Amino acid sequence: MLEVRGLNAGYGPAKILFDLALKAAPGEVVVLLGRNGAGKSTTLKSIMGLLRLHAGEVTFEGRRIDRLPTYRIARLGLGYVPEDRRIFTDLTVMENLEVGRQAPRADAPHWSPERLFTLFPNLGRMQDRLGGRMSGGEQQMLTIARTLIGNPKAVLLDEPSEGLAPVIVEQMAQTILEMKKSGLCVLLCEQNLHFAHLVGDRAYVIEKGHLRYSGSMAELERDDAVREQFLSV
Amino acid sequence: MTYSSILIQFLNGLASASSLFLVAAGLSLIFGVTRIVNFAHGSLYMLGMYVAVGLAGQIGFWWSVPLAALAVAGFGALVEALLLRRIYGAPELLQALATFALVLVVKDYTLWQWGPEDILGPRAPGLDGAVTIAGNRFPEYDLFLIAFGPLVLAALWLLLKRTRWGTLVRAATQDREMASALGVNQRWLFTSVFTLGACLAGLGGALQIPREPATLLIDLSVVVDAFVVVVIGGLGSIPGAFVAAFLIAEIKAFCIGLGYSTLTLVIEFIVMAVVLVIRPWGLFGRKPVLPRGPGAIERPLTPPSRTVIAALVAVTAALALLPLAYGGYTLVLMVDILIFALFAVSLHFIMGPGGLHSFGHAAYFGLGAYGAGLLAVRAGAPMEVSLAFAPLLAGLGALVFGWFCVRLSGVYLTMLTLAFAQIIWSIVFQWDDFTGGSNGIVGLWPAPWLASKTAYYYLTLVSCVAAIALLWRVLYSPFGYALRAARDSPTRADAIGMDVRQLQWAGFAVAGLFAGIAGALYAFSKGSISPETMAVSRSVDGLVIVLLGGIQTLTGPVWGAALFTWLQDTMARNIDYWRAVIGAVILLLVLAFPQGITGFVAERLEQRRT
Ligand SMILES: Nc1ncnc2c1ncn2[C@@H]1O[C@H](COP(=O)(O)OP(=O)(O)O)[C@@H](O)[C@H]1O
Ligand SMILES: [Mg+2]
Repeated sequence: MLEVRGLNAGYGPAKILFDLALKAAPGEVVVLLGRNGAGKSTTLKSIMGLLRLHAGEVTFEGRRIDRLPTYRIARLGLGYVPEDRRIFTDLTVMENLEVGRQAPRADAPHWSPERLFTLFPNLGRMQDRLGGRMSGGEQQMLTIARTLIGNPKAVLLDEPSEGLAPVIVEQMAQTILEMKKSGLCVLLCEQNLHFAHLVGDRAYVIEKGHLRYSGSMAELERDDAVREQFLSV
Repeated sequence: MTYSSILIQFLNGLASASSLFLVAAGLSLIFGVTRIVNFAHGSLYMLGMYVAVGLAGQIGFWWSVPLAALAVAGFGALVEALLLRRIYGAPELLQALATFALVLVVKDYTLWQWGPEDILGPRAPGLDGAVTIAGNRFPEYDLFLIAFGPLVLAALWLLLKRTRWGTLVRAATQDREMASALGVNQRWLFTSVFTLGACLAGLGGALQIPREPATLLIDLSVVVDAFVVVVIGGLGSIPGAFVAAFLIAEIKAFCIGLGYSTLTLVIEFIVMAVVLVIRPWGLFGRKPVLPRGPGAIERPLTPPSRTVIAALVAVTAALALLPLAYGGYTLVLMVDILIFALFAVSLHFIMGPGGLHSFGHAAYFGLGAYGAGLLAVRAGAPMEVSLAFAPLLAGLGALVFGWFCVRLSGVYLTMLTLAFAQIIWSIVFQWDDFTGGSNGIVGLWPAPWLASKTAYYYLTLVSCVAAIALLWRVLYSPFGYALRAARDSPTRADAIGMDVRQLQWAGFAVAGLFAGIAGALYAFSKGSISPETMAVSRSVDGLVIVLLGGIQTLTGPVWGAALFTWLQDTMARNIDYWRAVIGAVILLLVLAFPQGITGFVAERLEQRRT
């Protein structure tokens, strides 16, 4: 469903990513692992069109998207949850959702506000709260809800577990499994191997912008060498 | 003052606040969403005035107002779609420059269409009388305006809070990249916001015609007022614009009421400076979110290669030989070019490597010029002494104002530099006994041994070349590198023990001092100076030159100064509508070379090398 080939990208003169290749299918949670600064977030931004590629192509449902403006990519059904949440702090919960709202898609799960509020009961109880007045965990729920209400077919999640209390991390894992169950394709960036194990089907490991490993999550669990070399701090 | 006259002044203030609010609200909306500092906003207001005056004769005042607003809205939509849309990715200042070019074009269009005379508007039928309030006559139309401002505020508030469009606008104001990642089409949003802003400006202008004649001078004065209001209120905040418009209009009304009407020229800038010092993001503003996404990484300022140095030496040598072949007018023009080259290099010093985007650099040029003039005429100092000491006045001014300016950043800093320049300007303009007021100072002549055109040319050449060389040398000294480090990464520079503010403050003062040298040379080359010497338009000329030359290049400002001064001189002598031509040239250049001309050439050369 989502495929990246020969991706090279960076910021201005600085090159960050080198010939990355990734694939993700519907109903699958693919984890992109790597240390801090490895280029995980940069990969997601490149897919989303927030960064101009130096080379390579990105296809979504067989269609090239690497030249499209960001909003067109989003409207094709690719959702993006950035690492720093980027809640609209001046807007209420409902207004944040309104920004993300898109028309229902025949070939993607439909998320009404009611359905989202059953998934995130906290949000349902604070619909008129300003985004800036929410706790970190609540904001994290809101960013995901804000993306889901656009009824995406695939979602890019950038370190959703970062900085959250253990209970909420648990809840986050449940949410991602829920998304997977509904048939979404999820590409998840993580540093937290434990969290990745909870939800991931397959994994890619990158280091300094180069792809170092790809395989199933179970294999990675057995491969101490790779973990040692590219993931341990 | 009696109670009744206080009441009347208060009502006067309210009536002025309404139209100020209309303009400022549009400006604030546009800035909030598109991040464009729209200098043409006052021109849209002026167009609204002229279109309404033009139409009122045929269809009556009340119909002319909405039609003028719509016409201006349509014009705004065109401008956004044809021009601004192409430069949203360009550096902030270049965008500002493009809108300034638009000011020139609109001004000359208005001149061509409606002529140079002020045009009196009609009275508003039905509201052309006056009512008696507390024993004073008060125009009915002003009461209507007093009610109209809050109505527009309410309408805007509903639009922003109760519609999907409004929600998207507020989201994009905060983080437009995130909004687009959620599927919000920025293009459409930007066009609609700009159109609405233009409509409000046009409406503000049209509604003003029963109170003031339509005049060609209104564009810059309105946009400067509107900026002050927006900055005081907090960029992007509509209620902030309303409160600030009220505040400024009332303060001005009471200045007039208490008999200090000359104070109105400067009071708003003083208020703005005070507000910015106390609340750096305006009354209702909040600390801006740091720029998102790939930050613009400035290209490093490489030391000039041997070839470049050789070329510069060759140019200097050629300039030294110039009087052998040319005399008269060419030398006069060359003196201008050299002076503006130094002015531009000093502005570039603080803008490019310093990273402080000054919109009031003319103040230091003017302080240099007035320092020289006052020393020579009021103190009777010899010309050589005046020339030597005048720049110190500019340096001192920059030292004082710089202290405030380096405490701010971004647009706020830019506006504060403008405020200080306006404050100096209005002091000079009003202090008749000392500075000569609007007439300025005349009879400034060089010492006899420098009186010939050739001698003065050599004086200018030697001074400017030496000053420019010195400034460039400083850029490659430890101080220059530290300045760039402070610009590129203030936090990191701070962490390794550099005092960022101190550095920038010093840089600001140095730039002011050198602008003062240019100003002093200018004063004696012209023989007379007036407040024009330090007007906003001179600051803008400096910006145009620096941006045309390319802000992240070393020698760009010099070429920019040569091209611009020559172009302006030739055009002003040969073409009636030279402003429009210059505006059009700037627009074309901005569209074709969003990195400046020298930046463009450098990029091409680099590409060829790799
Ligand atoms: N906006 C930016 N401008 C310049 N360099 C950046 C920017 N964002 C990230 N980088 C650099 O890109 C590299 C990869 O960053 P990132 O993709 O955020 O890593 P990760 O998400 O894996 O921690 C890092 O070296 C980082 O310093
Ligand atoms: Mg990251």
